[in-house]
Amino acid sequence: MPSVTRLLDDSAMARALARMASEIVEQCGGAEGVVLLGIQRRGVELAARLARLIEQSAGAPVPMGKVDITLYRDDLSTIGPRPRVGETSLPDSIDGKTTVIVDDVLYTGRTVRAAMDELADFGRPRRILLAVLVDRGGRELPIQADIVGVTVTSSDDDRVDVAVKELDGRDSVELVRGGPV
Amino acid sequence: MTEPTLGKDLLGLEGLTKAQVELILDTAEPFKEVSERAIKKVPALRGKTIVNLFFEASTRTRISFEFAEKRLSADTVNVAASGSSVSKGETLVDTARNLEAMRIDMVVIRHGSSGAAKFLADRIRSNVINAGDGTHEHPTQGLLDLLTLRDRFGKIEGLKVAICGDVLHSRVARSNIWGLLKLGAEVAVCGPATLIPPQVVELGVQIIPRIEDAIAWADALNILRLQLERMQAGFIPSLREYNRVFGVTRERLARAPKELAILHPGPMNRGVEIDSDVADGPHSVILPQVTNGVAVRMAVLYLLAGGGPDWRSGGGGDDR
Amino acid sequence: MSDLLIRGGRVIDPSRATDGVADVYVKDGKIEAVGRNIPAQPGASIIDAAGKVVAPGLVDLHVHLREPGFEHAETIATGAMSAAAGGFTAICAMPNTDPVTDSQATVGFVVRQAIRAAKARVYPIGAVSIGQNGEQLTEFGEMVQAGAVAVSDDGRPVATSHLMRTALEYAKTFGIPVADHCEDMSLAKGGAMHEGIISARLGLKGIPSAAEEIMVARDIILAELTGGHVHLCHMSTKGSVALIRWAKERGLRVTAEATPHHFTLTHERCEGYDTNAKMNPPLREAADREAIRQGLKDGTIDCIASDHAPHHYDTKEREFDDAPNGIVGLETALGLGLRELVEPGLLSLPDLLARMSTVPARIFKLPGGTLMVGAPADVVVFDPAERWTVRREDLHSRSTNSPFLGETLSGRVQLTLVGGRVAYDRSNRQIL
Repeated sequence: MPSVTRLLDDSAMARALARMASEIVEQCGGAEGVVLLGIQRRGVELAARLARLIEQSAGAPVPMGKVDITLYRDDLSTIGPRPRVGETSLPDSIDGKTTVIVDDVLYTGRTVRAAMDELADFGRPRRILLAVLVDRGGRELPIQADIVGVTVTSSDDDRVDVAVKELDGRDSVELVRGGPV
Repeated sequence: MTEPTLGKDLLGLEGLTKAQVELILDTAEPFKEVSERAIKKVPALRGKTIVNLFFEASTRTRISFEFAEKRLSADTVNVAASGSSVSKGETLVDTARNLEAMRIDMVVIRHGSSGAAKFLADRIRSNVINAGDGTHEHPTQGLLDLLTLRDRFGKIEGLKVAICGDVLHSRVARSNIWGLLKLGAEVAVCGPATLIPPQVVELGVQIIPRIEDAIAWADALNILRLQLERMQAGFIPSLREYNRVFGVTRERLARAPKELAILHPGPMNRGVEIDSDVADGPHSVILPQVTNGVAVRMAVLYLLAGGGPDWRSGGGGDDR
Repeated sequence: MSDLLIRGGRVIDPSRATDGVADVYVKDGKIEAVGRNIPAQPGASIIDAAGKVVAPGLVDLHVHLREPGFEHAETIATGAMSAAAGGFTAICAMPNTDPVTDSQATVGFVVRQAIRAAKARVYPIGAVSIGQNGEQLTEFGEMVQAGAVAVSDDGRPVATSHLMRTALEYAKTFGIPVADHCEDMSLAKGGAMHEGIISARLGLKGIPSAAEEIMVARDIILAELTGGHVHLCHMSTKGSVALIRWAKERGLRVTAEATPHHFTLTHERCEGYDTNAKMNPPLREAADREAIRQGLKDGTIDCIASDHAPHHYDTKEREFDDAPNGIVGLETALGLGLRELVEPGLLSLPDLLARMSTVPARIFKLPGGTLMVGAPADVVVFDPAERWTVRREDLHSRSTNSPFLGETLSGRVQLTLVGGRVAYDRSNRQIL
């Protein structure tokens, strides 16, 4: 029987995002020249929220974009093509910008690797940071997050479910232990 | 419900389901954006080897496929009939066996004989994409026409499309008919009776003998290229008369009750099946067709790549 | 040659309209007696035919044996062996070889090769025109003397109305028919299959039924003009059957044949571009197939001929447009006749055997097609109920281009006697 542990509820997620927004501003030395890039799909919603939070504190709009890494995956021939390829749309230019990649869960690191490959095809950011809501460990590449909402230790059989209001009707992060439901 | 997949080959639209056609069109959408990037290249097919095997001369289709392959980072080799062993009388079956032995991942084939793509697909484990076989099918052209119509009208269902000209000898016409019917369009064919196979009505297509009536009926015209050889073979008396009777001219279009979209698979015979001011006019979607051609071909290559041959396990397609 | 007693079979002889359990006694290569309880002479071999059919050996007016010129596809010996295995004791070889059978010498070559093979009898058909090029008449008289039984330019039609007229007139002198492959070449040019919905879908150039019917009409009109005997090969369309019916009502000397594939298959079989469904005339539509069947039933179509057309496997292993026409047919003809015509009740078994032996023998005036006492002992013994699957490795022809591979047929040949000699014996499983 799988067991479900709630890591964040909606108020906890709001607090985590607020803290992440201020850490982004802090680590970037202000909001000037910062671009947020959400990874399809829930990363896009989280990036939008972070952008709003930063805008509220800094008083200026923060450009954001979306990245779909499907075409940059390294497992096409083993898992077959993803039937739906999502949209990639970036702000006018990322050249010289401090670019923050935003995703919901950091696990093996392969998604982030693909996202960085994709960014390189669009321009040359001055710096790339990584912000994730959940770091569940289990890295297969030398990649780590600069800004983390919550850290949890998990095994390969576990699943981390992130729900966001915009797509799922509620905000929550749950750790599902003991394999697929 | 499971997501549709394409299987090993794309040989024609006749054999596809509505869901498969829609999968390709939907997958083509994000690929349009890739071609708008400064660096028009994604690594999706990195390490895949593709042979473009063209037994018939074709500039447009070959270049379109080649761009699609390169933008997906595949390694490609072009083989044209002239300058290869093909022109020295090597049979298609020997060509197939040689490709098989070289462990090619995909073959894009253009051939003058109907059924040639299927012939190849039945004999090799690589994915085979039909880039036009004789007078049978040209599925990626049919798909790019569908995508262009969908872009222009928002949907295909209920659309009235007239395919005009040499339907008898046109692989573009056949692929269009299948694709349009599957997506719920109404299809008519229009042209001289010598170039319309009367049996097309059995497919669910109506025959409109006169171009004026087709223009009055349709939302879109897909105007086929008239090959010069048809005159020599006695199907029509002259190109001049063809233009007079069946040409799509500005005057004829002006009498249409609504604005028509004008498609043409190219290359055009200006002043024969289509007048220049129609081809270059505001309703022409001929250049968007070309742009969409690359996106559709990227989608097909991408979707087939997942179902590619696994040389290590000896799996893949039919083993003969 | 020892005597043979074929004991206890169902003896069907369409030439005498007899059908019943009897023994057949063969002596010196001839039918010695047919009747109940014939005693075996000392030294006679006895063949138990209980439960089997004993009939006159089958006669095929239309085969291609490819020798000389295309021996990699078939030889006269392998073709005659294939015939014997299919129950045929006499076959007529079309002249489209290389060189063409258009002279006394080339006719003589076929006769000699057939004697050497010593399987089914092989009767040469001479060409109508030298080199089959549609211009100059061949020497009918010389060829008949050398053994030709008919003339034909098969593979292509007798080219012009004038040539057909002179051929029909000239052939009368020698009492032979002119066999014509009916095809208007200008209509059929470039065609790869029947013109219809399937050709429209597959994008293959079609051959309209009219291409055959125009030539059938021409030949019938010229038969009336000349009083000559025209034999119409491999009829495939509804319209052709109607034209022949009309000609016979007028009392003209017109005979016609149809092939097992035309009474079995339709143009749908070309789907998937299977080159073993490519033939000329092409497989037609269901209504055409039905008309052929009705024609065989009412006698408008006189006989069944296989149009056995062997092709080496790699010439069929190619694009549909470029693949040659035709299929092997000698070893599947009887099985298809039983499965498609007798089992559905269209023809009685004696009627089928008449259309495969007695009638064709009469059309070309060949010995055989009968079990009359004194006739050459050309006999087939088969089990009409035995079902068998057509397998490539079981065929005796040098080529195996058949659309029926893997299909189950009815009626398997057990024994074929040609002139009292065993040409095929399945129970021995050896080539004798």
